[in-house]
Amino acid sequence: MSSWPILSLVTFLPLVGALFCLVVSGPKEAVDRNCRSAALITSLVTFAISLVLWARFDPTKASFQFEENLAWVPALKIGYHVGIDGISLFFVLLSTLLTPICILASWESIQVRVKEYMIAFLVLETFMVGMFCALDLALFYVFFEGVLIPMFLIIGVWGGKRRVYAAFKFFLYTLLGSVLMLLAIIAIYWQVGTTDLPTAMEKLQLPFQWQFWLWLAFFASFAVKVPMWPVHTWLPDAHVEAPTAGSVILAGVLLKMGGYGFIRFTVPLMPEATQYFAPLVFGLSCVAVIYTSLVALVQEDMKKLIAYSSVAHMGFVTIGIFVMNTQGVEGSIFQMLSHGIVSAALFLCVGVVYDRLHTREIAAYGGLVHRMPRYAFTFLFFTLASVGLPGLSGFIGEFLVLIGAFKANTWVAFLAATGLILGAAYALWLYRKIVFGELTKDTLKGMLDMNRREIAVFLPLVLITIWMGVYPNSFLDPIAPSVDKLIGDYNAAIKLAHTAALR
Amino acid sequence: MDLAIKLIVFLPLVAAAIAGLFCRVIGDRPAQIVTCAGLLIAAALSVFVFVRIGFGPEDGKLIVVRLFSWFNSGTVDVAWSLRVDTLTAVMLIVVTGVSSMVHVYSIGYMAEDPSVPRFMAYLSLFTFFMLMLVTADNLVQLFFGWEGVGLASYLLIGFWYDKPSANAAAMKAFIVNRVGDFGFALGIFAVWMLTGSVTFNEIFAKAHDMSTMHFVFLGKEVPALECACLLLFVGAMGKSAQLGLHTWLPDAMEGPTPVSALIHAATMVTAGVFMVCRLSPLFELAPTASQVVTLVGAATAFFAATIGLTQFDIKRVVAYSTCSQLGYMFFAAGVGAYSAAMFHLMTHAFFKALLFLGSGSVIHCLHHEQDMRKMGGVKEKAPQTFILMWIGTLALAGIGIPMIFGHGIGFAGFHSKDAILEGAFAAHSTVGQIAYWLGIAGAFMTAFYSARLMFMTFYGKYRGDHHTWDHAHESPLVMLIPLYVLATGAVLAGFVAYPWFVGESWEHFWGHAIAVHATEHILHAMHQIPHWAGLLPLLMGVAGIALSYVYYVARPDLPAKTVAMFRPLHTFFYNKWYFDELYDAMFVQPALAIGRLFWKKGDGATIDGLGPDNVAARAQDVAGVLSRFQSGYLYQYAFMMLLGVAALVTYFVVMVR
Repeated sequence: MSSWPILSLVTFLPLVGALFCLVVSGPKEAVDRNCRSAALITSLVTFAISLVLWARFDPTKASFQFEENLAWVPALKIGYHVGIDGISLFFVLLSTLLTPICILASWESIQVRVKEYMIAFLVLETFMVGMFCALDLALFYVFFEGVLIPMFLIIGVWGGKRRVYAAFKFFLYTLLGSVLMLLAIIAIYWQVGTTDLPTAMEKLQLPFQWQFWLWLAFFASFAVKVPMWPVHTWLPDAHVEAPTAGSVILAGVLLKMGGYGFIRFTVPLMPEATQYFAPLVFGLSCVAVIYTSLVALVQEDMKKLIAYSSVAHMGFVTIGIFVMNTQGVEGSIFQMLSHGIVSAALFLCVGVVYDRLHTREIAAYGGLVHRMPRYAFTFLFFTLASVGLPGLSGFIGEFLVLIGAFKANTWVAFLAATGLILGAAYALWLYRKIVFGELTKDTLKGMLDMNRREIAVFLPLVLITIWMGVYPNSFLDPIAPSVDKLIGDYNAAIKLAHTAALR
Repeated sequence: MDLAIKLIVFLPLVAAAIAGLFCRVIGDRPAQIVTCAGLLIAAALSVFVFVRIGFGPEDGKLIVVRLFSWFNSGTVDVAWSLRVDTLTAVMLIVVTGVSSMVHVYSIGYMAEDPSVPRFMAYLSLFTFFMLMLVTADNLVQLFFGWEGVGLASYLLIGFWYDKPSANAAAMKAFIVNRVGDFGFALGIFAVWMLTGSVTFNEIFAKAHDMSTMHFVFLGKEVPALECACLLLFVGAMGKSAQLGLHTWLPDAMEGPTPVSALIHAATMVTAGVFMVCRLSPLFELAPTASQVVTLVGAATAFFAATIGLTQFDIKRVVAYSTCSQLGYMFFAAGVGAYSAAMFHLMTHAFFKALLFLGSGSVIHCLHHEQDMRKMGGVKEKAPQTFILMWIGTLALAGIGIPMIFGHGIGFAGFHSKDAILEGAFAAHSTVGQIAYWLGIAGAFMTAFYSARLMFMTFYGKYRGDHHTWDHAHESPLVMLIPLYVLATGAVLAGFVAYPWFVGESWEHFWGHAIAVHATEHILHAMHQIPHWAGLLPLLMGVAGIALSYVYYVARPDLPAKTVAMFRPLHTFFYNKWYFDELYDAMFVQPALAIGRLFWKKGDGATIDGLGPDNVAARAQDVAGVLSRFQSGYLYQYAFMMLLGVAALVTYFVVMVR
């Protein structure tokens, strides 16, 4: 079966659905209906196939699996090389899971340009999956940047009032990082003579001076994506203006591109610089956790609050990666997956009430529990998952990251752990303002509880959150060998550098 | 046996799920039946387990039921498992016993509430988390139960979610507990870093190694075990509402009264004491940390009692009393009298739950009136509650007859509180003496305010409005039966359990569940303290009740005069030592102010102002300048062309030559 290009199938199948949407014609209503169904079916089939990946994945191996390697630009030795290991497996699954959920969540709320919307999401899925599978720097760059195009359109076309400002801010931040990363990739290409990642990981031994600059170049790109403080200010605006499903993908998958990039490229290609810059990352991450948590406390807009909380949660991720021990790295991968599910669900929760009342202002709500008990339960569930209640997914990631950080540096663990307190404060405050209290506002009195479609959107996320919290080993086991290899290679490289320096 | 343990823990979860998820389908009555049945079965099984573990053979005193692996990451290996030894077995009795009584009581108390199934589900859910906490075999599962009971507490305090005060109290409880959990989590990390494990047996095996180790914490080299124990104790302080992290407990009284009895008196708030006893093999090797535990406990025992003297809300009086009694348990644990701490934990659970549920009965009787100034003479209307409340009060005040039947005979608190104070005295240390004398002062105040509660509520003339009085009535049987059961415990638990907990058969009873060396030392020393030291607590109890009688029955004019005389002190106590105001000014307002500052000035003015907005503005400036050249006037373009030609010509003329 290994001859079957299953990764390419998962990557490009959504394009088939997009193509279908493109050619479908007729009266607007029929086109809309067909496009919605086509997008949903395509994305569900894609998800089903991606589950096969998990089933066939050998969790004992650290190496890349399901590899495909074709020549793409032979003259430059740029290849179409894809494959996944334990680190990327679940990011692929996360992307393929969230896409059908997004399409289902947009079923009623998107009424204009439905066809284009669905096409944008399917293309986006292809780029996301492709990015997580890519094992060639050039290919990765194409997908990494490609993701931005549909995302720009989703914010810019279906977004809120200040969508142009948000989209352009997003663009400005991303631009600088992308250019620098491209330069870094070219530099690596000149060194190794190919953009093939496994080859580069094997052969590349850059002097520290080179690592220093290349690290910064990659960092510029990935830090914006994470986002790390102080390059995070695009995120709240982008979230606020994006349609619900856009926020879901943004928080669920796009933010993980940064963390994934660090693990996949920065650490193995520039180990010495990684060690050198770790304190910088710790500093920025601790600031991110505390600073953005405090900012989240005073937000007046639901989406902004959750956006700022995302920055704080991603602070844990960057800490975990750079402590470079098993717990830290596994924890940060787990934290990314968990955040992908939980923050996506929180944005969907905002979407549920936004669809009904068309405002995100916290003060406009209050007492929803009276009219919407199911919604109250769902929102509470994900609020608790977000504050890291043990037994739900958020806890495992935070716990592992912090325990790893404690081993490396108690200050980092101490400062980051204050996020546990602040996180509870803003999350419960939001919940209280929206859901609890008396139902006094006339606008809220006609609110209907979640319908079947909405329950179908949330149910899988609820189940996965419990699963990840109660039996996280299903996810940690396949991740472990790849992380061990990553850390082993890293330590070997550091050791080599030290002995070289001593000599 | 394994099955029984599993059933005890998971029956409440199943009951909670049924009542909570299908409440609208099944209705009120089935929800009550399912949850009560689940808890009663669990309680019966707990008795069985308790007898088998507590009085069984030496080799059967520790049972670990491994369920399945929770998470593994490198050397972090955490499993879901249920550990039952004597310490746990005692807690099983306390938790399932009080919880089942509270479940039954709630049928009557919450009868008119529109959300009965939700309430029952929350109660059962709480019980499940509490059972997971006490059966934990490792620190992480303990933390799971710890946070879980915090969640249940949050949900139940905020049960009446229309009340803003209830919502605020619920949030406060969760967040203040999170501050404690922050310390707890760091403590777990420290223990794991030092021993490479989070499982109790493995940690205890390395306790001695740890006591000689040092590690760098926040830039300072610190003794490893002391630091870890102190961090863990911060968690215990949060959950058990000790001085500094106590502010949430009085506010938690916003929840329905059965909740206060179960969570905020008998079980959850004692989790901190349980944790210190569970980790007693570590604490006994950490003398400095133990001294801190003693001092914090003693200070709380005294401080909370002073506030209890002045409060008028019937539930808040009992709440401060709980806070104070938890202080007693802590200083007992601090001086090494772990078994005395657990003894008081157990007896306290009975009489404090009794007092709370009794107060609930009064509140129910007077149609949700909680202000004691609007009560009085209630014994006419609720005679049974009246007697039951007296039993609770005498048990709390520690009344008994000394020196007969060996150690005397008396209400539950008589035996357990005496054991604690004797233990503190017998410790022969400075902190022990401080704890003893603060405890003695606290014992006097405890007796005074609990008798005050009785006199203000049940004696004299009714001071509320007459409509309420006309409808006042004794509580229904479904509420009284649990009170009788708990009253039995409040009368008998101390006398019956004395030999097992701190008396002659303690060694066989406890096995290795608590630190043996420290306990042996202190229990031995307790028998050699002077007579007066053992009698003083009782004298204080009697004196407190007597003085209270003078103040509130014989000479009702006295309280006002005394208050006038000690006005500043009274104001200070009445306003709870101004902790809430202090914390608001120190933490809450600054956090919000800094948040606003970071948002507007940090993100807005600085980052955006210098970053993207600045770039955009500069780009616009440049574009603006450039656009001026595109004026559309031919003569301007011609002029620019001429300029360009002139420049080129000049260049070539100059450079080429």
